[in-house]
Amino acid sequence: MSSTAREFHRAAGSVAADTGQRAFMRKALGGYEKTRAATEARFTDWQAARTAAAGIKWDALEDLHALIQRFAANLERRGVKVCWAEDAEQARAYILEVVRRHGAKRIVKSKCMTSEEIHLNELLEREGFSVIESDLGEYIVQLREEPPYHFVFPSMHLTRGQIDRLFVEKHGCASNDDPEALTMEARRVLRRSYLDADIGFTGANFGVAETGMISITENEGNARLTTALPRVHIALMGIEKIIPSLDDLALLLPMLATAGAGQALTCYNSLYAGPRGPDEPDGPEEVHVVLLDNQRTTLLADPEQRDALRCIRCGACLNVCPIFKNIGGHSYGTTYQGPIGSVITPHLRGLKDWKHLSNASSLCGACTATCPVRIDLHHHLLRNRRNAAASASLAERAIYAGFAAVMRRPWLYRAATRAGRLLSWLARPLAGTVLDPLRAWRRTRTLPEPAATSFKDYWRDRAAGKRR
Amino acid sequence: VSAGRTAILARIAAALAAPTDPHVRGAAHEAGAGAGAEGFRAFLPPVGEGAAERMRLFAEQAAALRVDLHAVADGEARDRLLRRLAGELGWRTVASHEGALTGEACASLGLPVVLAAPGYDRDALERCDVGITACEALIAQTGSVLVTSRSSGGRALTCLPPHHVVLARADQLLPDLTAGYALLRAAYGGDWPTFIGLITGPSRTGDIERILVLGAHGPKRLTVIVQAW
Repeated sequence: MSSTAREFHRAAGSVAADTGQRAFMRKALGGYEKTRAATEARFTDWQAARTAAAGIKWDALEDLHALIQRFAANLERRGVKVCWAEDAEQARAYILEVVRRHGAKRIVKSKCMTSEEIHLNELLEREGFSVIESDLGEYIVQLREEPPYHFVFPSMHLTRGQIDRLFVEKHGCASNDDPEALTMEARRVLRRSYLDADIGFTGANFGVAETGMISITENEGNARLTTALPRVHIALMGIEKIIPSLDDLALLLPMLATAGAGQALTCYNSLYAGPRGPDEPDGPEEVHVVLLDNQRTTLLADPEQRDALRCIRCGACLNVCPIFKNIGGHSYGTTYQGPIGSVITPHLRGLKDWKHLSNASSLCGACTATCPVRIDLHHHLLRNRRNAAASASLAERAIYAGFAAVMRRPWLYRAATRAGRLLSWLARPLAGTVLDPLRAWRRTRTLPEPAATSFKDYWRDRAAGKRR
Repeated sequence: VSAGRTAILARIAAALAAPTDPHVRGAAHEAGAGAGAEGFRAFLPPVGEGAAERMRLFAEQAAALRVDLHAVADGEARDRLLRRLAGELGWRTVASHEGALTGEACASLGLPVVLAAPGYDRDALERCDVGITACEALIAQTGSVLVTSRSSGGRALTCLPPHHVVLARADQLLPDLTAGYALLRAAYGGDWPTFIGLITGPSRTGDIERILVLGAHGPKRLTVIVQAW
């Protein structure tokens, strides 16, 4: 077992045993399901909308070679500097160079999962820059020095009491655990950071090839201020974010809002088309867009699973996932949690270390049914399992070979079930102890007792008239 | 041309050389493509015909979003309303931008005005009690206000002050986003403003226990005044 898998088992086991945490999560996500269902019901045809949204992103991927060039050319025509980063290292180096060239001290960031993917904050802080996350949830987890719990709701695991204690400790403010008061306290502290920052850093939800614009969706207004006040704007986006036309947003924005948080439309949907124009009162003097590959082309090259790149990061598959609800977001150990994370992480970061995530699934298919762009999520988990089996360890393969040998030979199967009954009786005292080979399962559960007679024996005896 | 660009483009081309597994691609994907902007209207939440029905829908959405919506007969009624709000809410300094609607409104208020024009003082803007702006359009389907850096005084004016007042005319009400994009295309063509914003209610967050709080970073209050309803 890899160290990532061991850590996953440990963390998942610990959260799954925390019934208080699980009840808290169920309540939060139960609220999501209700508002989302109501918003979805307003659509004339939600299923057709899903199909159309999948179609837009699908066409965009199949035409990515031309669209991404059009996108970059349109940006450059308006004076935006475009960086093509093959991997995290190149993206980090470029961003660091821009920050240094401007003699920047302070960087204000709005929520950007791609920057978590390349571990940008760690680098910038190590280099001595002040980095402030301005999205409330991101700000909270940054103060706690922990990664986001959910890629849309970063601090959903925390209670108001925990956040109150955090603010009292870090801001030295008076205690008040009312969510309104806590939000106003964060607003007060963060306000200055927009005015004082030299660099505003954002992600992008979509890149519009036709017009050369980036689209950013948010509720709080922090991305709007991050792109309005600092003199340099750097945006980091995965290459799969490109869509063909402005008109596509008329469908994609409502779908992102509905699937993501049950809103008809997110509060702020903003399009940015470059540095401040000569007649415009504000906006950055310089804009950089960093296009990141970082193994996305590896996923694109997989004819079976490339549709996972349609993902618009709404987080709906996490919100409905029984595994996510029970093991929480941190257990995954990935930038992208939940079903979509389990599907794409093996492609982005290697199957060997991340194949265990695809086994952590009940294959119920709730993720696939909810995905607004119809990604075949639970089947992709199966495909990852198949791919992982091809590179399984010697011991694992020996177990499969043994199982197959037994199942193919009726006499061996009979012998094995008899031996199993006997062994189960003999091993009863070991159940759940460290000597139990099935400890992982039996520690918290009771395995059903094997029946005294097998069904085969019962049927044979019945035919012989010994039973009815 | 950078090495990164060449490498990424080559990798995209190589990746797409293998056709998508037909089993995965499925009929749904092919059916979805090409619905087009007009086609989306068949799936999205319905918007009724006629100005009155659109106004009703906009008002319904605005109420759900906690937008203060006011309908006024003319400019005089608008200015009376603004003066009443100024008194009730204790406005001392307002922020605004040059323009016909905003010019009349600010003159009638008689309060000090910080104008969002090139070179404005950002700290002064931050201290204003309210930002009064025009807009490009109102969107009935979602209860949104469509603004751009050209129609509404740049980027910060519509987000930095704690209260945003939007001045609109009834004929600016459009059915949906598709109509909004068509309007922008007709108005600006290739010469786009560098910021286009859809504002759907006052700033909000649910990051603490998923409980809705207004005014996370942007305006806590959004007032829309529609003239000649």
